[in-house]
Amino acid sequence: MTTPTRTTPTRTIPVGGPRWRWRAAGLLAPVAVAVVAVVASPLGFVIAQAAQAGWEQTRRLLGRPLIATLLWHTLSLAAAVTLATAVLGFGAAYLVERTTLPGRRAWTVALALPLAVPEFVRGYSWVSLFRSVHGYWGAVLVMTCSLYPLVFLPVAAALRHGDAAAEEVSRSLGRGRLATLWRVTLPLTRPALAGGVLLVSLYLLGEYGAFAMLRYTTFATAVFTQYKLGFDAASASLLTLVLVALALLLVTLEAWAGRQARVTRHGALARPAPPVRLGGWTVPALLALAALVGVSLGVPLYALAYWLIKGSSTTLPSASVLGATLATLGYALGAALVATLAAVPVALYGWRRGTRPARAVERIAYLTRALPGIAVALSVVFFAVRWARPLYQQPPMLVLGYVLLFFPLALTAVRAALAQVPPGVEEAARSLGTRPLAVLGRITLPLVLPGLGAAVAMVGLTASTELTATLLLRPTGTQTLATQFWVYTSGLAYGAAAPYAALMVALSVPSVLLLTRRTMGPALDRPGENQ
Amino acid sequence: MPGTVRPLAALSLLAACALALTGCGSSGGSADSASTAASGAALAGQTITVYSGQHEQTVKALTEDFTKRTGIKVELRSGDEAELANQILQEGDASPADVFYAENPPALTVLGDKGLLAKVAPDTLKSVPAADSSGKGDWVGISARTSAFLAATGKGADTAPPASVLDLAKPEWKGRLGIAPSETDFAPVVTQVLKAKGEDATKQWLKGLKDNAKVYDSNETLSAAINSGEVEGGVIDHYYFYRMRDEKGAAGTHATLHYFPKGDPGSLVDVSGAAVLQHGKHQAAAQAFLGYLASAPAQTVIADSASYEYPLVTGVQGKPELPALDTIGTVADPAQLGDGKQALGLLQDAGLLQ
Repeated sequence: MTTPTRTTPTRTIPVGGPRWRWRAAGLLAPVAVAVVAVVASPLGFVIAQAAQAGWEQTRRLLGRPLIATLLWHTLSLAAAVTLATAVLGFGAAYLVERTTLPGRRAWTVALALPLAVPEFVRGYSWVSLFRSVHGYWGAVLVMTCSLYPLVFLPVAAALRHGDAAAEEVSRSLGRGRLATLWRVTLPLTRPALAGGVLLVSLYLLGEYGAFAMLRYTTFATAVFTQYKLGFDAASASLLTLVLVALALLLVTLEAWAGRQARVTRHGALARPAPPVRLGGWTVPALLALAALVGVSLGVPLYALAYWLIKGSSTTLPSASVLGATLATLGYALGAALVATLAAVPVALYGWRRGTRPARAVERIAYLTRALPGIAVALSVVFFAVRWARPLYQQPPMLVLGYVLLFFPLALTAVRAALAQVPPGVEEAARSLGTRPLAVLGRITLPLVLPGLGAAVAMVGLTASTELTATLLLRPTGTQTLATQFWVYTSGLAYGAAAPYAALMVALSVPSVLLLTRRTMGPALDRPGENQ
Repeated sequence: MPGTVRPLAALSLLAACALALTGCGSSGGSADSASTAASGAALAGQTITVYSGQHEQTVKALTEDFTKRTGIKVELRSGDEAELANQILQEGDASPADVFYAENPPALTVLGDKGLLAKVAPDTLKSVPAADSSGKGDWVGISARTSAFLAATGKGADTAPPASVLDLAKPEWKGRLGIAPSETDFAPVVTQVLKAKGEDATKQWLKGLKDNAKVYDSNETLSAAINSGEVEGGVIDHYYFYRMRDEKGAAGTHATLHYFPKGDPGSLVDVSGAAVLQHGKHQAAAQAFLGYLASAPAQTVIADSASYEYPLVTGVQGKPELPALDTIGTVADPAQLGDGKQALGLLQDAGLLQ
């Protein structure tokens, strides 16, 4: 790369500043706003539906004493799981990326893999194997196990690409390891950490299936009851608006945490940090990671193996497996690419132009994550039959549904990558006469490319196991692995269902490998690394 | 155009075609075969879209047989019946669906109340007992299942089943019972209790259930919990037991099915039904599909399938291990079941649902 990286201008030097800023913003703003308008369309749907409920219905629905219980359930669960995933996700990422832990590449893959286990497989396997796992603590356990990769992945990426200089300086100034970790490393990864934690908490607001199985009631399960037994979109949407309000609160909190942590690296070429020697801590660290992987991945895999072997309906996977696999791959990949491409302008706009409206646009994009899947899927139905009828129940609509559901995943990954690009580099390039678009294409994008790969892999992984929106939006006759799995489990044929779930997990191994190797950058040569 | 006119018009057009062909048929074919050929010629090659909340493998077998017989192709869209009903509500008159095939009457009643269903052809309605279909004639009953009590066996003494579903609210069941109140199958039981005992007694009964029972998210997980001995029993539809037995094998099945005595609110027979969508583009072909579903060949497919449902057409026998339908109970009146909202409200008030 021929970027002028050796000079590291500080942010205070306004090299070609105002004009380049203005022109780039002129390009970005309309694109970013358009993307967010589409991504936020389910919110519009929910508000429109809720408006059909009268005042009386609103009072009856929200005035129930049960609402306080649901609010408490939802919030206390979100708090506990968010904290647990933050600690586990950061801890695992630090061990894998910054220490002499043996086999760190294999660990990275194993730690990311729980993302590939569909939540309905996870919920069922826990409930069927451990009868005591239910209620609040059951939900905390199962959700923490399934969601910590959302923190682990971005933080690991940030640690891998972060510059060692700051940490070295800290150590050379006599700060201990722990102090350096707390005062230097943690703040460096804070944007990634905050983004991951936001995803976890928003996800918890909208989650239905796992809580239904774990016999834990939240606002999202209440929303689902209104749809399922009441066939009542107005009441369901009213309850959903409460979720949106909670999501707004979370997004605002994250923005506040993010403002405290606008940390960028000041050299485009990072030097890897020398790994922290674990020494006698190697064995405990390995045991801790093994326990985490064993619980989060082992339990669902054991349940799958059990049904593959014991279930009477187990047959060799039929011809439909191939079709379902190809369909799953195609839709997931399509959604991943579209979501990532769409996230770039929004992230650029929100991050680079740190103006209030730009930040607001970026934050709105996150709110959809808190909506129950059925509300998002029904909103696509609502808009498509009115304004895109020829495309209704065609492949683009399913891809769009996935993009709406998983856009925040892409946005977080892209944003974490952008956070590490020093603005000085762009400004320097601009001052040397490079045109804004060329700066974007030749400097900014290559620098965020690893983050884009992470976005593609994360959306792809999640989309390949999606069920609710798939059932509603897929082209008639199309089967994905998730829908086939559902067909058999709803007929109690767990043996027949197991191969589809196993395939879902197996399919995602390449994307997890991609996520950990290609997209997080080449393995850095590090002194003292034993692999 | 009002719902009644279009399908009837289409049918009379078909009949006219058949008559015309018979009249000027010079090749010497019988009237009967000419009529079949005419309807085949008019409809064969058309493709109808069926939204189905029923057991997919069985519906697939049905649609394939139907296509073989009529030449009408079927695009099958399987899903959760409630999600499909919500989808049709959002689609409104733009729905690509020609037929909605639901598990329970309330899903159909909701769509009928919104004016989204066409009238079913009279001949189709006549094939099944009148009580099994909508009183308004906008959907036809296709198959039935009964509610029953699944009791855990093994671990020493077998659980004695309750004499009535009402007994499950008694203190002796505290901590031993499981229920799945969010299932669309459970609300009809509540409605039956409501019909038999009135609102106050139903509230008391639900309060008792709330005190006694562990709440499960589906009949599948409830059945598994009973089978594993986590709870001693619960109310399910009869077929969950047979499907579980097929999957786990006799050695892995640790539960037995008990039917409530005839006349008890727990003994209800619940029908699944199918309807033609008012705004569907292939009214005649959709009516032909409903006609097929209510015919002996289709009912035989249902009876022989692994979904363990009862056929409704007289003369077609269900699986040999199932007790005769009329020994169990009476069919729940679809009008009484309504759109399910009253049962939902009571379940919510009792704290069994949010």
